[in-house]
Amino acid sequence: MVTFTLNGRETTFDGDPDTPLLWVVRDGERLTGTKYGCGIAQCGACTVHVDGMTRRSCITPISTLEGSSVTTIEGLEGSEADAVQAAWRAIDVPQCGYCQSGQIMSAVALLQLSPAPNDDDIDGAMTGNICRCATYKRIRQAIHDAAKTLEG
Amino acid sequence: MGIQNLRPTRRAFLAGGGLVIGMTLVGRGARAALIKGAPQGAPGRNADLNAFVRVAPDGTVTVLSKHLEMGQGPYTGLTTIVAEELDADWSQMRVAAAPADDELYKNLAFGLQGTGGSTSIANSYEQLRKAGATARAMLVAAAAAEWGVAAEEIAVSAGRIRHAGAGKEAGFGEFADKAAKIEPPSEVKLKDPKDFKLIGTDRHRLDTDGKTDGTAVFTLDVLADDMLVAMVAHPAHFGATVKNFDDGEARRVPGVVDVKKVPQGVAVYAENTFAALKGRAALKIDWDLSAAETRSSPQIYEDYRAAMQGDAFEAAKRGDVGQALSAEGITSMAAEIVFPFLAHAPMEPLDAVLMTAEDGAIDCYNGSQFPGQDKAAIAEVCGVDPAKVRINVQLAGGSFGRRAQFGSPYMREAAAVFKASGMKRPVKHMWTREDDIRGGFYRPIYLHSIRGAVDKDGNITGWDHTIVGQSIMGKDGLDDTTVEGTADMPYAIPNLRVLAHQPKLGVPVLWWRSVGHTHTAFAVETFLDRLLDRAGRDPVEGRLALLKDSPRHVGVLKKVAEIADWGAPLSEGRQRGVAVHKSFNTYVAEIAEVSIAEGGLPKVHKVWCAVDCGVAVNPNIIRAQMEGGIGYGLGAILFDAIDLGEGGAVVQSNFDDYRSLRINEMPDVEVAIVPSSEAPTGVGEPGVPPIGPAVANAWRRLTGQPVQRLPLTSGLVA
Repeated sequence: MVTFTLNGRETTFDGDPDTPLLWVVRDGERLTGTKYGCGIAQCGACTVHVDGMTRRSCITPISTLEGSSVTTIEGLEGSEADAVQAAWRAIDVPQCGYCQSGQIMSAVALLQLSPAPNDDDIDGAMTGNICRCATYKRIRQAIHDAAKTLEG
Repeated sequence: MGIQNLRPTRRAFLAGGGLVIGMTLVGRGARAALIKGAPQGAPGRNADLNAFVRVAPDGTVTVLSKHLEMGQGPYTGLTTIVAEELDADWSQMRVAAAPADDELYKNLAFGLQGTGGSTSIANSYEQLRKAGATARAMLVAAAAAEWGVAAEEIAVSAGRIRHAGAGKEAGFGEFADKAAKIEPPSEVKLKDPKDFKLIGTDRHRLDTDGKTDGTAVFTLDVLADDMLVAMVAHPAHFGATVKNFDDGEARRVPGVVDVKKVPQGVAVYAENTFAALKGRAALKIDWDLSAAETRSSPQIYEDYRAAMQGDAFEAAKRGDVGQALSAEGITSMAAEIVFPFLAHAPMEPLDAVLMTAEDGAIDCYNGSQFPGQDKAAIAEVCGVDPAKVRINVQLAGGSFGRRAQFGSPYMREAAAVFKASGMKRPVKHMWTREDDIRGGFYRPIYLHSIRGAVDKDGNITGWDHTIVGQSIMGKDGLDDTTVEGTADMPYAIPNLRVLAHQPKLGVPVLWWRSVGHTHTAFAVETFLDRLLDRAGRDPVEGRLALLKDSPRHVGVLKKVAEIADWGAPLSEGRQRGVAVHKSFNTYVAEIAEVSIAEGGLPKVHKVWCAVDCGVAVNPNIIRAQMEGGIGYGLGAILFDAIDLGEGGAVVQSNFDDYRSLRINEMPDVEVAIVPSSEAPTGVGEPGVPPIGPAVANAWRRLTGQPVQRLPLTSGLVA
């Protein structure tokens, strides 16, 4: 049995310890904001935060998360999250929207580490998140906009 | 099933986009109950003013979208059109997927319900303006009767119905039920476009909020009580079938509940997704390859070269191309351009949830581009009356053409899996990314052979073009999608011939965002660029001179040259390429600025784009579709090929070897919308065709080498 914190709530899992966090969150906890896109950490649709850092949940066995704190899009909070989501809404970033939870998780983590990222910082933090609709221009713009909001 | 039919819920609320999310208390053994998903039609108590417009007592107006929202924006665009003629306030507008009905909700361009061909706005524009205007007239008539005033004296603005003289004012909700009982007027007057308040201005997309906080529900997110997850083990070869299989190890995986043979392979049913994945991986299957396609891609290219010698369909002929190409004093040029198979690779792989509802009908939840076709396929495979199948259309995580299949082969697999399960428990059938990349229904392989002639005065006098590729439509005769964009090229070239060969191949193919234009625009615009270069003409001026009879091509080409400041000096090491192409009656010109980056690979810095799509219903969505179309097309022409290896199995399998464009490879994009009062045309696809040739034309200027084999980087990377 694995005990971890999910969006601030103590959670246990007693199934197959090899089960990736993605399927624990989606199947077990019915939190479907975190998406499956590739299963091999190539697309970033499954991005969550583990102890404050981005993690590809599709290749993270639940057994490695004993005592960890996991945040999904549903549990996202704080000034960076508010700024990122407001910036996303303001310029209508999403098209199909399927990858956007993962994009937002990566963007929030970036701003938590680096409040005023330049384009290279954005490339570094966001290159692991594929958007097949190619909303990248607006993702970049929204991250800059969010950083400006945080600056006050 | 509407929300009123759901079992008692612990928590039920409406989210943006008409999604119904609830948690049920029903346990194992009860008939299936939906936990998460969007049932068909608009939720809640609504008055139906017509097939597209429903008004709730609180005044909210729900537009039933006959078109699938897969990112291209119809939920917002179609709702904008209704709201305009209804004189509604944008804040009261909602949207929900229409049920499957090939008559009531048919695409007026297809004759059956379907989303594709960049037709959503184009075919719905008049229809939904009338639907909005009719609903408005019914609300006004109801108010007039109630207030005892003449309907003509009533004004409607921003969702409020007013009679100044009587001092009366009300919202739509107050008169919804009464209006629904009024006979709709047979004729309604539509607005003069100069009075448009919503059409032509930007507004917040109706689906943005749910796609920003994780609450948007896609098919993969649909949950039902007691639901099984099912996956099918597919063959590595197209056309292979199961000879025999050993499921002993698979059945020993905890959570696997059953294994069944289905026509498409071997299905594993499990209590959760990970068990299904593990169970499927543990299957041992012998495949029968006797009817399989076993040729490799290089063999197919060779066969296609040979096919050019056979009888061809003549798609275009004017003048005497043979004479033009052999005339004295001409300079001739030839090219062979090779296009590989392409997978669509939408972010959400194909999936569907099927369940037997309380009333005995089958409820299917999926992102359906052809709901009527899906309905018929489920009915046929499961052996039920089509009237007992409901298609509950969900948001789709991209498609790019992949979810639009006549005959619904994907849905046949999902239905076969459901049928084989006994149809007692809900089944979520999902494809993995590997199933998606290896699942066929690709943009076909095409081979183009082109010869052209330039006379001594620099005029392009002849163009002889042969195309080889499978018929996407499965036609025995000429398939327009083989030659569209070539046979009807807009350039004033006196001698033109376009020939097509459509060999049969055992690989299923499909339209891929912009269909035939994916290859024809590339072939025409890169070869023309070379001919103009040979003739000593500027790429923009040279095209304009050949487009005298095509004012809308001219309009976008001049506009893009203007915003890009074409002709201005460029930074060291950079070159530009231009292309212009009409697809789906929308005109797009693009200019790409490119350099050679580290490792000798192309770096696309910026793309300027001008689009003429008639009336711009929602400019922000038009810009978004151009940006996205450019990124989608760029990724494919730079990186992507699906290759059949030796023996015919697909080489690629996931995003590690079937590359997607990433944010660091996305150019800055600047879009200009050319003002137009023509009827609106589509924007989902037309941004794609020009980007490949624009980049290839810049690349040729940088390297001196024309791009004749795609993807562009195929010869540049190990």
